[in-house]
Amino acid sequence: MTRYSIFSLARNALTGHKNWPQAWRSPEPKPEYDVIIIGAGGHGLGTAYYLAKNHGITNIAVLEKGWLGGGNTGRNTTIVRANYERTENELFYEHSLKLWETMSQDLNFNVMFSQRGVINLAHSDAQVDAFQRRGNAMILNGSDAMLLNPAEIKARAPHLDCSADARFPIKGGLLQPRGGTARHDGVAWGYARAADARGVDIIQNCEVTGLDISNGQITGVQTTRGAIKAKKVGIAVAGHTGHLATMAGMRLPIESHVLQAMVSEPVKPCLDTVITSGAVHCYISQSDKGELVMGGDLDFYNSYAQRGNFPRIEDVVSSVITMFPSFSRLRLMRTWGGVMDMSMDGSPIISKTPTKGFYINGGWCYGGFKATPGSAWVFAHTIANDEPHELNGQYRLERFQQGHMIDEHGAGPTPGAH
Amino acid sequence: MLEIKCPWCGPRAQTEFSYAGDATLTRPSLDTATETEWYEHVYLRGNPRGPHDELWHHAAGCRRFVKVRRDVTTHEIIATAGPHEHLGGGGK
Ligand SMILES: Cc1cc2nc3c(=O)[nH]c(=O)nc-3n(C[C@H](O)[C@H](O)[C@H](O)COP(=O)(O)OP(=O)(O)OC[C@H]3O[C@@H](n4cnc5c(N)ncnc54)[C@H](O)[C@@H]3O)c2cc1C
Ligand SMILES: [Zn+2]
Repeated sequence: MTRYSIFSLARNALTGHKNWPQAWRSPEPKPEYDVIIIGAGGHGLGTAYYLAKNHGITNIAVLEKGWLGGGNTGRNTTIVRANYERTENELFYEHSLKLWETMSQDLNFNVMFSQRGVINLAHSDAQVDAFQRRGNAMILNGSDAMLLNPAEIKARAPHLDCSADARFPIKGGLLQPRGGTARHDGVAWGYARAADARGVDIIQNCEVTGLDISNGQITGVQTTRGAIKAKKVGIAVAGHTGHLATMAGMRLPIESHVLQAMVSEPVKPCLDTVITSGAVHCYISQSDKGELVMGGDLDFYNSYAQRGNFPRIEDVVSSVITMFPSFSRLRLMRTWGGVMDMSMDGSPIISKTPTKGFYINGGWCYGGFKATPGSAWVFAHTIANDEPHELNGQYRLERFQQGHMIDEHGAGPTPGAH
Repeated sequence: MLEIKCPWCGPRAQTEFSYAGDATLTRPSLDTATETEWYEHVYLRGNPRGPHDELWHHAAGCRRFVKVRRDVTTHEIIATAGPHEHLGGGGK
């Protein structure tokens, strides 16, 4: 792998950028690997990278039915944060946030991680109290948090309607200064390039259509490019987790739903932080290209289609305009959707399964992008050692049966509600 | 926007309904069900990729539940019926 640096940039500029080497190979699948990872999103590619880097396992294939990064990794609103109240979640997401802080250097790929801060708005006094408690919990768990009053929020987001007669008056907010956004495609590309450099085969246009299991042990997979053997198979297929689990004869505590996002036409810089509101349920930031990136609720019905319906678009846009009245002048440029793996307690599943050698990484709900490095780190550990890492034992599949749900919002077993 | 044919009110816009999820689940018997049966009922879903039988509540209409068979890969609505009626073959 040629290292990217100011020198390689200068050298290639002199030759008209015609001699850059390919970032990764496109190998033919081998008949057998030590480990197969299904799904070349950030989680799958990252898992392969850490298996190679942290555990010395390099005979790995990552199988992708489309193109790498074409799933939710390339469809999300790129918000990265670690602002959870529950210790089980906070320790995991804080570990992930730390990995974000060194990701570009580690991968030698600029993922444009921008720690512009993430602000959660409070619209009632009770919510201010709850945020104070949550912020304290975050600090106790080694993360960073700051409670802001409305004047401090106004100073950070001048276009936000902080007036007393706003439809949803702003009473305060919880800021995580180290949170922010990243270039989502860059994360997939960076992990792909770094994994490939360590010998991982990334095989695109290769859909897994069946799992080979004999005597309770996984032995390989069936794909559109033939059968491939492996004694360890991990899935990181986001919204398709339930579909893959069916191939192993399992029903999961997961439903697939569609989540939409949208961007406005690009404008000059006007919002240099991330504003989210759980009560109104919308979140907004400005991309480096100048588009305002917006999202909100699920469409609220089961879906495996990567597109949603108009009522939700209207909903998100009206929420944004309520909070930022001046944005009503902007035109909407693009909308899209992704298939979300909504779990029954709103927390992910990173776990062994009853089938030996078969591992699950899914149930990411609205928030798996920020988890990418942490999830890949612990999933690699789980696969390499056939035991969870100390940060993902709580995300075991059996927790639902054992009564150890990690329900951050207390929403109960209704996947759409998390 | 989805157009859902309510057996009582006729074709209505999706926004009049709220979604109530998987219609294939049967509540276990209070007297005899085991913990495992309850776990399976409360937490596990088939989550099929294809035709899906689901319940919608006609909240801003007749306020009855409607059973809908919808292909979740295309959002096409294949059939609708009352909550206890059968929709015919093809669904899960
Ligand atoms: C609109 C939207 C906004 C979001 N906003 C945020 C946000 O702001 N912050 C945040 O933290 N998270 C957000 N998320 C969630 C986040 O995007 C995901 O949780 C995360 O990217 C999941 O990564 P992944 O690698 O697990 O999945 P993906 O990137 O979806 O990768 C899974 C891959 O598996 C492949 N695959 C599926 N089935 C098969 C098969 N049978 N064989 C081979 N390959 C298969 C798919 O093609 C896909 O490429 C958002 C999601 C959406 C849809
Ligand atoms: Zn009706």
